[in-house]
Amino acid sequence: MVALKHIIDELGLKVYCCRDTLDRPIIGGYSGDLLSDVMAHSHAGEIWITIQTHPNIIAVASLKELGAILLANGRAPLPETLEKAEMERISVLGSPLPAFELAARLSRLF
Amino acid sequence: MPACDAEGTGKPLLRQGYAVQGGDFLAGGTVSTRIKDLLKEIGLSPALIRRAAICCYEAEMNVVMYARQGTMTVEIHPRELVIRVEDEGPGIPDVELAMQEGYSTATDFMRSRGFGAGMGLPNIRRNADLLEIESVVGRGTSLRAVIRLV
Repeated sequence: MVALKHIIDELGLKVYCCRDTLDRPIIGGYSGDLLSDVMAHSHAGEIWITIQTHPNIIAVASLKELGAILLANGRAPLPETLEKAEMERISVLGSPLPAFELAARLSRLF
Repeated sequence: MPACDAEGTGKPLLRQGYAVQGGDFLAGGTVSTRIKDLLKEIGLSPALIRRAAICCYEAEMNVVMYARQGTMTVEIHPRELVIRVEDEGPGIPDVELAMQEGYSTATDFMRSRGFGAGMGLPNIRRNADLLEIESVVGRGTSLRAVIRLV
């Protein structure tokens, strides 16, 4: 288990939302851009790497109780996505790195 | 305790219905989140809630993507949780085909947003103990997913 704050520091991630949700523990990660695949295979407490930026990612993260969403390839969340993230208290992070590189760096922390 | 058969067709202990608006991607997932909160309040186990949440989400997004409008109803029976979805929409011409993993009729717009993996109905079938779908082309689809509580 790794503190989300530690992941943010180690990978130099940008925090889009929400500053007060960053002390949660992360148990691992899942990478995927197909929402039904993430619904089927991710686990509660994981950090989810994706390039999807629309509001439905918040519903998926909330329903699966994911630890955080990490947007790859420099993607920024849409304003309505951030609004939902605030409401559901979902951490949304970002990085210019591609998903493969993020997953590789993340896996070294576990 | 009211009589209830093995498939949750008796009078439920609790029934809650929600409207789902077709085409409203912004609200997509909201009803499932509310149902999940309700099931948490009732005190169902996290494992059952996770399965119900997946069934609800996939069924809700099918209404959002394909139908004009629909209703999602959750019923708690003594031994089962029943999720019913009725929609007004194009219907499914071949339900067997739609149940096959990887089959999808999603548009390019839906696919660009990560939908249309052809995993929606298979995800429901995997997480429900019973799944029934009836569909009339040009009128709509009704879905009934049952999750055993005991």
